[in-house]
Amino acid sequence: MNPDGNPIWTLIWTFGLMSLFAVGGANAAIPEMHRIAVDVRHWMTDKQFADIFAISQLTPGPNVLIVTLIGYAVAGVAGALAATLAMCVPTAALAYYVSGLLGRSGHSRWPSIIQAALVPLSIGLMAASGLILAQTTDRSVVAVVMTAATAMLAFATRLNPFWMLLAGGLLGFAGVI
Amino acid sequence: MPLDSPPAAVPEPDLSTSVIRSPPGLLELFLAFAKMSLAGFGGVLYWARRGIVDQHRWMTADEFNETYALCHFLPGPNIVNLSMVFGSRIRGIAGGVAAFAGLLAPPTAIVTMLAALYARYGEIDALRRILAGVSCAAVGLLMATVLRMMTPLLKRRDVIGLVLLVAVLVAIGVARLPLQAVLLVAIPTSLAVTIYMRRRISS
Repeated sequence: MNPDGNPIWTLIWTFGLMSLFAVGGANAAIPEMHRIAVDVRHWMTDKQFADIFAISQLTPGPNVLIVTLIGYAVAGVAGALAATLAMCVPTAALAYYVSGLLGRSGHSRWPSIIQAALVPLSIGLMAASGLILAQTTDRSVVAVVMTAATAMLAFATRLNPFWMLLAGGLLGFAGVI
Repeated sequence: MPLDSPPAAVPEPDLSTSVIRSPPGLLELFLAFAKMSLAGFGGVLYWARRGIVDQHRWMTADEFNETYALCHFLPGPNIVNLSMVFGSRIRGIAGGVAAFAGLLAPPTAIVTMLAALYARYGEIDALRRILAGVSCAAVGLLMATVLRMMTPLLKRRDVIGLVLLVAVLVAIGVARLPLQAVLLVAIPTSLAVTIYMRRRISS
């Protein structure tokens, strides 16, 4: 299947490297996941990518679960585990190390400067995620309205996101979207 | 606790009222993070704060914010980093692993089952329609997060921040350039600008 050899190693290498560049968390890395899974490696179609994003949002837990689904699509249960651990372990180890370092050296100015510098970039990355996913998902006027309405509702209220996902699913099932 | 409890009340043992709660054990850490994780649709941060600060009182709000800020500036899934840092501050590396496993194991198991169902039934028409509807809402939720995070930049009229934001959006979202290449340019640029602006303000 995979010209590079074992797909598990490809997953580990791909997501291990990606995690180190995932400033702003998993949602900020979605464009890169899309680029690799759809455009570069042809693991799945555009539509399937939008589907697994929806499934990952429907599952409780951290946003990183989209990686588990990509891994499953590539190499089954072993792929799911390999991709998840590759995305989570290196940066968790880094966080453990840096946290110990900062704890010992007292207060440093650097975290606040780096954070201030990274915030606009990670928002830009997340906006790019939204744009890329919307290009696949929002193919009708109703779909665009649904996305915009969810965005406004989630922005303005503290309603549990689960209800909005459920409403989307029901409207989809009814054939409205 | 009120100091003058009515006499009918059961007398509290001396230690339990005022002493800071003893640090949780490994199993307790695992279960607490599993619970937060399974409560969190569309992100676990809200539930993590609620569990750690309000419910268990394992950290004050300030300690939590400080820990989260550290995990947010580091790369990778923020809340996963948080579980590792929090767990290891309480119980060393074993505590970190327990919290990490609690956060990830249950949802990974659930999502793997869903993946198997999708692989098998993904082409059924009703399921396709449901997923199309859910996707629309899910993209809306993501955009709401973007709006929420942008609000402070807009309020501060942070023009440079907004320009950087749009530049990254176009490079990644429209030109579809590789993440590494974009960040290797964007991070040094943003750092240089941030340091320059801070120096100018302080001098």
